[in-house]
Amino acid sequence: MENQLGPVWVIAEQIDCRILPVSFQLVGQARILADRLKTSVETVLLGDQMDAQIHQLFAAGADRVYLGNAPELTYYQPEIYTEMIVRLAKAHRPEIMLIGSTSVGTELAPLVAARLHTGLTAHCIDLVLDDKKILEQKIPAYGGMISIICPEKRPQMATIASGVFPQPDLDENRTGEIVPLEIPAEIPHRIQTLEIVREEPDGIPLESAPIVVAGGAGAGDPEGWKIIADLSETLNAALGSTRPAVDEGWIELESMIGQSGKMVSPELYIGVGLSGELQHMVGIAGAKVMVAINNDAKAPIFEQVDYGIVDDCREFVPVLIEKIKEYQEKLVTC
Amino acid sequence: MFKIVVCVKAVPDPKEAHKIKIDPATKTLTRTDVPLVLNLLDKNAMELALQLKEQLDAHITVLSMGPPAAGNIVKECLALGGNQGFLLSDRAFGGADAYATAYTLAKGIEKIGAFDLIVCGMASSDGSTEWVGPEMAAFLKIPVVTRVNEIVETGKEWWKVKASLENGYRLMQVKLPAVFTVTRELNTPKSLSFSGIIKARKKEITEWNIHQLGVSEKTVGQKGSPTIVSDLATVDGKRTVELISGTREEKADQLVQKLAEAGVI
Repeated sequence: MENQLGPVWVIAEQIDCRILPVSFQLVGQARILADRLKTSVETVLLGDQMDAQIHQLFAAGADRVYLGNAPELTYYQPEIYTEMIVRLAKAHRPEIMLIGSTSVGTELAPLVAARLHTGLTAHCIDLVLDDKKILEQKIPAYGGMISIICPEKRPQMATIASGVFPQPDLDENRTGEIVPLEIPAEIPHRIQTLEIVREEPDGIPLESAPIVVAGGAGAGDPEGWKIIADLSETLNAALGSTRPAVDEGWIELESMIGQSGKMVSPELYIGVGLSGELQHMVGIAGAKVMVAINNDAKAPIFEQVDYGIVDDCREFVPVLIEKIKEYQEKLVTC
Repeated sequence: MFKIVVCVKAVPDPKEAHKIKIDPATKTLTRTDVPLVLNLLDKNAMELALQLKEQLDAHITVLSMGPPAAGNIVKECLALGGNQGFLLSDRAFGGADAYATAYTLAKGIEKIGAFDLIVCGMASSDGSTEWVGPEMAAFLKIPVVTRVNEIVETGKEWWKVKASLENGYRLMQVKLPAVFTVTRELNTPKSLSFSGIIKARKKEITEWNIHQLGVSEKTVGQKGSPTIVSDLATVDGKRTVELISGTREEKADQLVQKLAEAGVI
């Protein structure tokens, strides 16, 4: 008999006792991988008062849920969460471990990986099994796609953003096993999450906006950025960005679209003053109509959109705004 | 005295990094001669250290792992106000993933001696993993707070900091020694001053190779890395572009018309 491979794991995440969409997306993908590996899908869920939602993890494809259900686990607590996951992983030897690349996941994943002395790939945009059943973890880089593998160490660990994999179909008839977890007694208690504060985001959320305007380094300076923001406002769009625009300090990190930011699929995407690096473009691949405005005719973005305008965005966008306003006024008067 | 270690990375200049491409034929990188600069977010780490130096009379050690040319960015940090610099440089350290990098840096920190706080930028512009800070903390068996965007309280042992979260923050209480990885929102880095550059000329950078660091070849660089790059592939553009030409007015008119026809505005 062939040796049974270890399970495929998903570390689920909850906020205010609600499991995040990314966790279900990862369970769905874990199911696909596990079926190919002829193994099971197991989810670790740490939180409080989580009982009511566990059946959803089974419905999404999990066979077993390791459940830590206690008031101390309401917030992500780095030491306790890490210790519980590390112990469990040492006991059950998962083949693969998937974690959402949220703020919490992005801290927890490397803490677990280092303790398990294994590899970890950041912000994967695809996960496929090769002929030897090794997990190829795809990430965009250098204008192309690179595959990263962890050939020897286990588990093979990866973080993935929300929206990379679809929400799985839920099969409400599926059930599974719940394994309750104890909080380990010997925790050093050198770090504690005292409070988590969520603020209502300003403006239209990127993920649900029908129109997304994204700006990049080509804005040049804060005034140039304002022009792009004006275009976004005129179209009642959500304003997105690339890494360079965030690094320049023109806009918050939350607005970043792409591999290490948000995945969006609006009806209309307008990329302004950005070159079309794959790290950004993977985040808007699902857009229906795509437009690029950039002064460099050779920029890769012109191979990835439907309509292109080669022009200085700081000069062109104000003209475009006027034309859009004219069009909008005509719509109202009709 | 309060001791801070700032870990910094020399990265390809982001303004030119796009020139590094995958050659579709050879599946290798086209060029690697892009100049190295101090990673942007590490400037925020350095700024935090400098502010704490003023408040707490702290001593700042700057540490980097990289090729000999990375010595320049350590020098730059000394010119900003760092007290001493260390560069871990050896061919054997090459090709390290985040795990092996964090391990090597942790070994460097242990060899440098006692410390109260380690700070680094939350991510590097070339790798963007955010792994090195927390993995370093795991190897040093100390707590870490990632994405720190505000220092709320600096107590004797216990500090309070805010760390950025999606649409919010978490308030963390943490006992030093600890690792903080910092965001751009934490502070505004100051520029180099002429007097700083002059003073830095006298400051020594200690360079350690694999033997001086005292680690086994199997634990560092590519050999010490659990992950490897198995394939490089180019990606074809997925759409056929229609370039709109004419005067600015004409282009804007045409674009509005096309978007209206598509029913998306």
